[in-house]
Amino acid sequence: MDKIGVITAFIHAIIVYNIPLLYGTVGEITVEKSGSLNLGVEGTMAVGAIFGYLVGCYANSIGVGIAVSFVAGALCGLLFAFLTVSLQANQNITGLTLTTFGLGVYFFVGNSVKSKVWPSMNDYAGVKEGFADLPIPGLSQIPIIGQGLFSHNLMVYLGIVIAVAMWWYLKHTKTGLRLRAVGENPGAADSVGVNVNLMKYLHICLGCGIMGIGGYYMALLMSGSFNSACWIGGYGWIAVALVIFANWSPVLALLGTFVFGFFNTLQVSGGSLALAFPAVCGWMGDIPTQLYQALPFIITAVVLVVTSIRNKRGASGLPAALGVNYFREER
Amino acid sequence: MKKIIALLLATVMLLALVACTAPEEETDFKVGAIYINSKSDTAGYTYAHHNGITTAMKQLNLDTEKQLFIVDNVPEDKQQVLAAIDTLVGEGVNMIFGISFGYIDAMEEAATKYPDVIFSHATGYKSNDTNFNNYFGRAYQARYLSGIAAGLKSLEIGNNNVGYVAAYGTEYAETASGINGFALGVQAVNPDAQVYVKNLGAWAHEKNEKAFAEALINDFGCGIIAQHCDSAQPQIVAQDKKVYGCGYNSDMTPDAPKAHLTAAIWHWDVYYKTAMQAAMDCESADKFVEKMGTSAYYGGLKENFVDVSPLSENCAANTDKAIEAVRKLIVDGEWDVFSGAKLTIDKDGNVEKANAALVDNKGNVIVAAGGASVEDGVITGTMDYFVEGVTEVK
Repeated sequence: MDKIGVITAFIHAIIVYNIPLLYGTVGEITVEKSGSLNLGVEGTMAVGAIFGYLVGCYANSIGVGIAVSFVAGALCGLLFAFLTVSLQANQNITGLTLTTFGLGVYFFVGNSVKSKVWPSMNDYAGVKEGFADLPIPGLSQIPIIGQGLFSHNLMVYLGIVIAVAMWWYLKHTKTGLRLRAVGENPGAADSVGVNVNLMKYLHICLGCGIMGIGGYYMALLMSGSFNSACWIGGYGWIAVALVIFANWSPVLALLGTFVFGFFNTLQVSGGSLALAFPAVCGWMGDIPTQLYQALPFIITAVVLVVTSIRNKRGASGLPAALGVNYFREER
Repeated sequence: MKKIIALLLATVMLLALVACTAPEEETDFKVGAIYINSKSDTAGYTYAHHNGITTAMKQLNLDTEKQLFIVDNVPEDKQQVLAAIDTLVGEGVNMIFGISFGYIDAMEEAATKYPDVIFSHATGYKSNDTNFNNYFGRAYQARYLSGIAAGLKSLEIGNNNVGYVAAYGTEYAETASGINGFALGVQAVNPDAQVYVKNLGAWAHEKNEKAFAEALINDFGCGIIAQHCDSAQPQIVAQDKKVYGCGYNSDMTPDAPKAHLTAAIWHWDVYYKTAMQAAMDCESADKFVEKMGTSAYYGGLKENFVDVSPLSENCAANTDKAIEAVRKLIVDGEWDVFSGAKLTIDKDGNVEKANAALVDNKGNVIVAAGGASVEDGVITGTMDYFVEGVTEVK
């Protein structure tokens, strides 16, 4: 057994399998910063995944796939924005509905295509090779961690770039400041001339588009193999929790993704680590599978408790007007 | 112009009338089915059953449009299953198939409530003497055959490590017997083979099915990946990593043409045809179990209820010869997998039988050399061990 290889594979798996959470979380942060709570992350990711995958294959281009998944996700966002911003529908209910709707669209489109001819990712070099690992020269040569941290596919890098860019946008641009103002107190923002509805529309669509790309990532990770379970498999829900974990900061979302991913991946690599390093990790082989499965969620619960205690001290990034529809005439 | 259109429309209507007076169906037998997933699925468990039911109905000249009533997406919740049963009984069905294990209590209750309807439950263990039976099969026999293909391939590539992505381990006899059957098949060819099992803890978890297969290949150096899970992810990973694999449930060669050897598969239509024929032959529902001859249908290779999918080009030489020889032994009833006799298969596909004890991986003797088969442990769900050479890795 290649002991160093086990560690490298563990680090690699943490990143590869959990990047969709980063897309989902950053997307949801963007939406929530505008004061809208969209619980439809799972459905939005599913819609982005199915359209991105199918069109990306037909075009034989991962770039087209990314663009289409973004647009498909953004259209889900547009629907959400129309219902909650223009029609003032309840955000929680609309978000849940969006999940059901998105999964329905996913299976409807997927089963319809599969009953004829399903495009297999292996036949589309533009997609398959576009998703291959691109080692960063130099950094990927570092022993042990190099191959784990710095040898990933294009969309892993893209996700990290989007997270950092979103952090910069929210923190250091004028529009970002206005967006945060809308999320904190839309009435005040409105009174100084910010177009609240436009800001909400734009950022709900942008955030949902990012989620859509995350869905597309999941489709490619699953090699585009369509069956009776959805590719997203619950990541959308975890993303909603990770937003709180990350305290509404896209950069902290990176940390949240990898902490959650660490525990999520223990189930995969725990047995290998136990055999490779019996002295240090031997106990990992004795943990029941069920505990491994529960672990990420136990960690999430613990983090939520810690966060809520911290928030009482006033350090929360929670937008004050989150979940409350803004109706100008009631101001 | 209008006249022509009117004339055309009139003709169409006339034709429609003719269609309505088409001869009545030969029988008014109605089938009901309760599915855990969607009937429009294109892969997976529900798809396999739906396919089996419709295939059987076509063979029996039953109309799948008019004589089949389905309630799908029914979770394993007693009230919801009972509601589905009420709906189907309201449609006037003669028999109801429930395909998921968790329907068990609802079906038992409904069998008493509706004595005129036949209830047939997949993978369960409850039944009565009249109108309620259960059905499942000896998948371990098919697993053994796919194990032979894996064993011959392991010799060819010179790698004794075989991986197995399993939904569960010893928690369920269904998974344990599949793993054991497969491992014994591998060992019949390659006595040095080690089977590493990774336990998903779920019947389906696509992400982990992929991740576990990767870990088995990367960390445990496995050259062959077998599986007991829904998706083809382990086979796709095997192809990406340039190793080989044995699938499950459906022929996975199209999913991984360069990696897949053969898959253990079910022919659900074999049971559905038998059961529907028996139900149609009964004068009343309470004679169904008597007509079937047993309240627990347990078909195997002999009934063609389980099988292996066509061998792919990736299989080693003489795989077909060895598999056919073993199949004959099992079908003829001369030998079964979990007995006090072991088969030895050489590279040329010659099969020899010799008495040897069946030992679990803790060294306990399950069957003494020459002893009788313990297949009952599979049927009654008491098999809770792995055989020698199987290691569960967390």
